[in-house]
Amino acid sequence: MKKIILIGNPNVGKSVVFARLTGVRVIASNYPGTTVEYRKGIMSVGEETYEVIDMPGTYSLEPTSKAEEVTCAFLDDVCCKEKDCFILNIIDATNLERNLHLTLDLIDKGYPVVVVLNMCDDIKHRGIDIDVPKLEELLGIPVISTCAVTGVGIKVLKERLFQGAPREPRQRTHEELWLAVGIIVSQVQHLTHRHHTLRELLEDISIRPFTGLLVGAGVIYAVFKSVRFIGESLIQYVFDPVFNNIYAPLLMKLSAILQPGTFGHHILIGELIDGKIDFKNSIGILTTAPYVEFDMVLPYIIAFYFVLGILEDVGYLPRFAILLDALMHRVGLHGFAIIPVLLGFGCNVPGIMATRVLESRRERFIASTLISIAVPCAALQAMIINLLGPWGFWPLAVVFAALFFAWVVIGFVLNKVMKGYSPELVLEIPHYRFPPLPIVFTKLWLRVKEFIIDALPFVILGVLVVNLLQYFRIFDAASAIFAPVTRTILGLPETAAFPLLIGFLRKDIAAGLLIPLSLDLKQTIIACVVLSMSFPCIATFIIFLKELGLKYLLAATGIMVAATLVIGGMLNLML
Amino acid sequence: MQKISLIQLKKGTKARIVELAGGKQVAHRLSMLGLRLGAHVVRLSTFALRGPVAVRVGHTTLALGHGMAEKVIVEIVSEPASKSSSAFV
Repeated sequence: MKKIILIGNPNVGKSVVFARLTGVRVIASNYPGTTVEYRKGIMSVGEETYEVIDMPGTYSLEPTSKAEEVTCAFLDDVCCKEKDCFILNIIDATNLERNLHLTLDLIDKGYPVVVVLNMCDDIKHRGIDIDVPKLEELLGIPVISTCAVTGVGIKVLKERLFQGAPREPRQRTHEELWLAVGIIVSQVQHLTHRHHTLRELLEDISIRPFTGLLVGAGVIYAVFKSVRFIGESLIQYVFDPVFNNIYAPLLMKLSAILQPGTFGHHILIGELIDGKIDFKNSIGILTTAPYVEFDMVLPYIIAFYFVLGILEDVGYLPRFAILLDALMHRVGLHGFAIIPVLLGFGCNVPGIMATRVLESRRERFIASTLISIAVPCAALQAMIINLLGPWGFWPLAVVFAALFFAWVVIGFVLNKVMKGYSPELVLEIPHYRFPPLPIVFTKLWLRVKEFIIDALPFVILGVLVVNLLQYFRIFDAASAIFAPVTRTILGLPETAAFPLLIGFLRKDIAAGLLIPLSLDLKQTIIACVVLSMSFPCIATFIIFLKELGLKYLLAATGIMVAATLVIGGMLNLML
Repeated sequence: MQKISLIQLKKGTKARIVELAGGKQVAHRLSMLGLRLGAHVVRLSTFALRGPVAVRVGHTTLALGHGMAEKVIVEIVSEPASKSSSAFV
């Protein structure tokens, strides 16, 4: 099958073009480095089908990060060997000069290239005018102007996809390439003076120290407020009514058929409390498991990813990275590492994947370890809010303060202990954009779907394990084994040991299983911190292994166990 | 003309890059982002505590870590103009 490979600088809209060509739904955002791994899709034009491959962005064919390596290695591997390989070089019309360097490099390598001049809607008001036919003539290959977000130009693009003929390979130095780029740009691009717009003013104040901090604090506050507001509204008006008014009566009928006290009833429904199903305390595969996942966690997942998606698409996150650069250097990272951390607050797995934008293995290890220890995912946070919410605001503050403390201390120590240095931030700040709603909602749908598919089996498994242990009356005996740790160091009842161990499968259901134990405030705080910090869930474990290898995983696990016991023990003594 | 590093450049000042210290790799990386010899930059802001420096090159806004900004050596072209429209090179 013919292959079409999408290549271009970071944040030029490759993923949006990919989605337009293939119809595959993908996650696209307004910051460099959204895509860290290539992905494939199928496009059909008339009778024929083609394989389209979306690549992580790269500034040049000499990689400077793991994500760029993916692209360069793939190009070398596939394109040099296969004949039916076409390159679609996507360039940002607002940034012609820099983007054309890669274009010329690709042409020089002898690949058949077609240029997509994207973001054409964005240049007029910046006072940029580009003579597309002239550019086409000078480059000697097709140039198609598009606006992938709205779909303008995609039809023409599909028609002209294969008109790029390869040229004789030639060797030019970077200086020679820049010279050639300069000559082309001077002939095709005309700039007119424009006064600063309101948007540019907003762009500027968010990267100045004082106003930037104000904006940053405002954004964080707004994020917390809106996530809680959206999440709580969804629970109150959608999920609670569905569970209480529709689902519960159905289950009561099932309960009557199964008869309380039987094995099947115990596994599926759990125990009836005062003759009724209590979703939080019954503990059955059909009661507590779906309730925790869909009524307690899912609403916050939807809220979190909706707000995150908007932040991503507006283009705010890289500005946040600048604000935190100085702090991040203290833990051996630079400001851009805050983006994987923020993604980790959704789910640790994409967070750890996103560390691929960082330059060195040392940085990736520090960032991944910090994410898996001190960054609770949205599902766990939802449960922490559920568990501690009744006590008001300050217990939540204690949990997050303890996690932040652990984050800073572990990062600081790792930075001191590990050989190497932390590279400097070099980051392109994207322009603000009004978030394109189809992209925001596609992204939300993809992330929520992923959450449900990943979570449900483990949640059911977790409930099943605890249920079986209880049914065969070995729960208490087995819990006793862990008593020294849970009771002596952490000050928790023995019965908390198993729910905490279930955290290895999934954190949210583990927190859900703590509810029936009716822990007091201090114990709940400690349990929440311990759940957040101790072993990451199995999915995080696997991705950590895949991305960094066994040696680093074992090191991170050791740090985790030690840190959990130290912080948990400290809280036990202090509170 | 006096040569200074990006760090010493005052806010709103336009300057021309005359040297990229710190070796070939650093120079290559910076040049791929538009920070090349001869390019004009305008400094937008600096953050305290060895924080990053934000500059504008052409239509791009870049943030450079403190250590990286030290390696970009420039010559002043013009002091802050009355209007910030000079940001467009």
